[in-house]
Amino acid sequence: MNFPIISSLILLPSIGALFLFFINSKNITSIKYVSLFVSIINFLISIYLWLIFDQSSYEFQFVESRVWIKDFINYKVGVDGISILFIILTTFITPLCILSVNSSIKNRLKEFLIAILLMETLMIGVFCSLDLVIFYLFFEGGLIPMFLIIGIWGGERRVYSAFKFFLFTLLGSVLMLIAVISIYWIAGTTDVEELYKLGIDPKYQNLLWLAFFSSFAVKTPMWPVHTWLPDAHVEAPTAGSVLLAAILLKMAGYGFIRFSIGLFPVASEFFVPFIFVISLIAIIYTSLVALMQDDMKKLIAYSSVAHMGFVTLGLFTFTQQGVEGGIFQMISHGIVSAALFFSVGVVYDRTYSRRINDYGGLVNVMPKYSILLMVFTLGSLGLPGTTGFIGEFLILMGTFKKSFLVAAIASLGVILGAAYMLWLYKRVVFGELTNQKLLKIIDLNKVELSILTLLALSIIFFGFYPDPFSNTYSVSVENLINEYNDKLNNYNLQNQ
Amino acid sequence: MINLFYISTEIFLSLSILILLLIGVFKNKSELFIYNFTCIILLVGLAININLNPQFPIDLFNNSYKIDYFTTLIKSVILISAFLVMLCSLNYVKQNDILKIEYPILILSSILGMLVMVSSNDLIVFYVGLELQSLALYVLAAFKRDNILSSESGLKYFILSALSSGLLLYGCSLIYGFSSSTNFDLIYQNSESIEYGIIFGIVFILVGLAFKITAVPFHMWAPDVYDGSPTSVTVIFAILPKIAALTVFINFLYGPFLEMFDQWQAVIIFLSIGSMVFGAVAAIGQKKLKRLIAYSSISHMGFALAGLSVGTNEGIQNSIIYLMIYLIMNIAFFCCLFMLKRENQYFDKVEDLSGLSKNHPLLSLSLMIILFSLAGIPPLAGFFAKFYIFTAVIEQSMYFLAIVGLLSTVIAAFYYIRLIKVMYFDEQKEKYDLNHSIGLKMILVISSTIILIYFINPNIINNFVLDISLI
Repeated sequence: MNFPIISSLILLPSIGALFLFFINSKNITSIKYVSLFVSIINFLISIYLWLIFDQSSYEFQFVESRVWIKDFINYKVGVDGISILFIILTTFITPLCILSVNSSIKNRLKEFLIAILLMETLMIGVFCSLDLVIFYLFFEGGLIPMFLIIGIWGGERRVYSAFKFFLFTLLGSVLMLIAVISIYWIAGTTDVEELYKLGIDPKYQNLLWLAFFSSFAVKTPMWPVHTWLPDAHVEAPTAGSVLLAAILLKMAGYGFIRFSIGLFPVASEFFVPFIFVISLIAIIYTSLVALMQDDMKKLIAYSSVAHMGFVTLGLFTFTQQGVEGGIFQMISHGIVSAALFFSVGVVYDRTYSRRINDYGGLVNVMPKYSILLMVFTLGSLGLPGTTGFIGEFLILMGTFKKSFLVAAIASLGVILGAAYMLWLYKRVVFGELTNQKLLKIIDLNKVELSILTLLALSIIFFGFYPDPFSNTYSVSVENLINEYNDKLNNYNLQNQ
Repeated sequence: MINLFYISTEIFLSLSILILLLIGVFKNKSELFIYNFTCIILLVGLAININLNPQFPIDLFNNSYKIDYFTTLIKSVILISAFLVMLCSLNYVKQNDILKIEYPILILSSILGMLVMVSSNDLIVFYVGLELQSLALYVLAAFKRDNILSSESGLKYFILSALSSGLLLYGCSLIYGFSSSTNFDLIYQNSESIEYGIIFGIVFILVGLAFKITAVPFHMWAPDVYDGSPTSVTVIFAILPKIAALTVFINFLYGPFLEMFDQWQAVIIFLSIGSMVFGAVAAIGQKKLKRLIAYSSISHMGFALAGLSVGTNEGIQNSIIYLMIYLIMNIAFFCCLFMLKRENQYFDKVEDLSGLSKNHPLLSLSLMIILFSLAGIPPLAGFFAKFYIFTAVIEQSMYFLAIVGLLSTVIAAFYYIRLIKVMYFDEQKEKYDLNHSIGLKMILVISSTIILIYFINPNIINNFVLDISLI
């Protein structure tokens, strides 16, 4: 493959952003169309990439490597069966975000779209970088646009939330930087493929694992460092919340698969009980917290923490089902949480309120909206026939293999999830129409309807027919687990 | 004759100073002419200096003065940054009534002092250069003599700096006493057995130098002097003496005192950690941009020192990359300060930035890039500067230094993003003037572009330092 298809995926949104920079900011229509056009082209390229991707191989494909910092770091990107799905998720969600700005962003539209497009570049970069330093650059670079998205276009407490988001994630990831540099001096390279082959000396693994964990745990977010997420979600504009929930949180889950499990098998095995405990706390505790929320966005934010708890639980079972379930759950949550935040955005743009108590009886005035929200609610709580079910089911299956008790407690989380989502739906959609403001509310317009329908269709379609995803990642996951077990066995043999 | 050829930059600068003095005395109203002429002299000096670039080290004057790739590089950096500083501060100097004939001449003499400092290979030559540099800077700090703050800062700088020079001189005399020479090479040869006298001497010299680069705990003068001096002088303080003094650090530590690495390493690590942490914490409460940048530069010097504390060639090279990126960021930052002007009045408070992004989108965009870069957020140049430093530090397994340094960047990030918050999230105020000189705009645009796109090809700057090998 001579054409640098991955680099063009990464670069295209930035070029679009540069192009936007030179358009007069009063020319709103062309700004919207240019950014939409760029992001849709990027989506088509990623679909094309998926079509020509060889699903029977676990090797990294479309690898590009060139010298970047002389004698030190190479620019290296490529995809395997796991990362390609996250790239498609990114390119799928971004155009929807750009479509949704119509009603929600009133000022500085041009700058907002530039920030979104830059975000897309950085997020795609995270998922396909095959060098630790390049990964770190993309991973951290996302702080700048996201800080501005929350801070400039956010709600009333936006400054507090933006600062909290920025400082929490920065604090988490400086330790990862130290670990990356240490790996360079321990193993002599930061190339991920090379590191997979070489392996890392087990005596360093625990500390390095913890350093990576500190970054990923903040980003995932795991209990107890999840507190930035509800604030950031609540204050961010709709498109910002969608990007955060759908893609940014997945960067950490992806990091767990690619780096924590791939590079540090011995340490990962060592820390399994720790991960299980905090994942369970996340699932149960944040579900209970979600029950008590009276802010819709906050409720969905806490549900994200609980869902990501399922993801980490599944990934660290190191079984085929568990890891596949974790990946599927991430993609499913990417679509479902994006849909939920879009839905909240729809009513927020009409009433400027996110409080659950201000709503009720929406089914009388917004029938289309109510049907679609029903699909998303069911997707979120994991009803069979939606994507949410497959992810949670696989994760619980994998967990049962490892530990009955953990799986039993995690299953409680499923029930709690159903409780808070259905209760939310009941309070918002059913009941008496008491709030006078709601009488004049208009049902979905065409753009909103098409965004939400698209998301609803994909939730149901992939809920019934998950094969396109599972075929893509299954070989890579199998290889990941085999490698993992091999390395672990080698280590155990050496120690005997 | 060959000897004089290699110091033609210094000779050229000294002759220019004398000629400019004569012109200033005999020609009325020649201030602007002298100022512009000084810029040209700096450029010509730069050309001469680059042209010299020797292939192998050259010792002059009985081995008391040395010219090699390293010194030539640093001298070029000093001359370029002096030129940029002069170019961007012209309007400020004009409007604040400090455009006198002495002003550019003093800058030139302090630069001459720096060049001598950088090349010195002998304690006495070094001290002469240092004093020439410092004396010119004392006067510059107090140049706005009707302003009480400026006079205060000049006096403060003079007294404290004189004290530190005294300590430094005392250290030099101790070293002379115990190694019976003032020449760096001879000191190196004579001090193979470690004697306490020499160690004391080293400590005194390091204290004196730490004072010049505002490393904690010898930083107390910096915020007041930065704040009180005219901004056009503050930018000189923030950049030029630091390059020169840090080079002298390298010359001393990796020259005559290389054998005593174990002894001085602890001192440098202490200075480095102190500066990084203190600079980050103390800047949080600042309300004036010049004070804030003073603390920020204290913290940045801590990072540069961390590179020196490692004791490898990579450490030195990375410190110099750090210094180059630091000076680009600082020049760009001060360009932004020079642009905060309304009806000939300059503003330098944090609250004056309020809502800047609505009135001046491009200015605030560049300032945002500069601030994120100062905070060390990837993919901007400031991140790479820190990244290289920590690569060198972790190579020697100095994890404590690395962790403290990176945690202090998180603290420092707080006050940088606070400025961004003020610019982007707060309510707008009155507009500032737009009639800036083309030079000022060009410098700001070019330097912020360099900061932004440095990551595309980092080798362009890195290649300059690859040939430096002092060990």
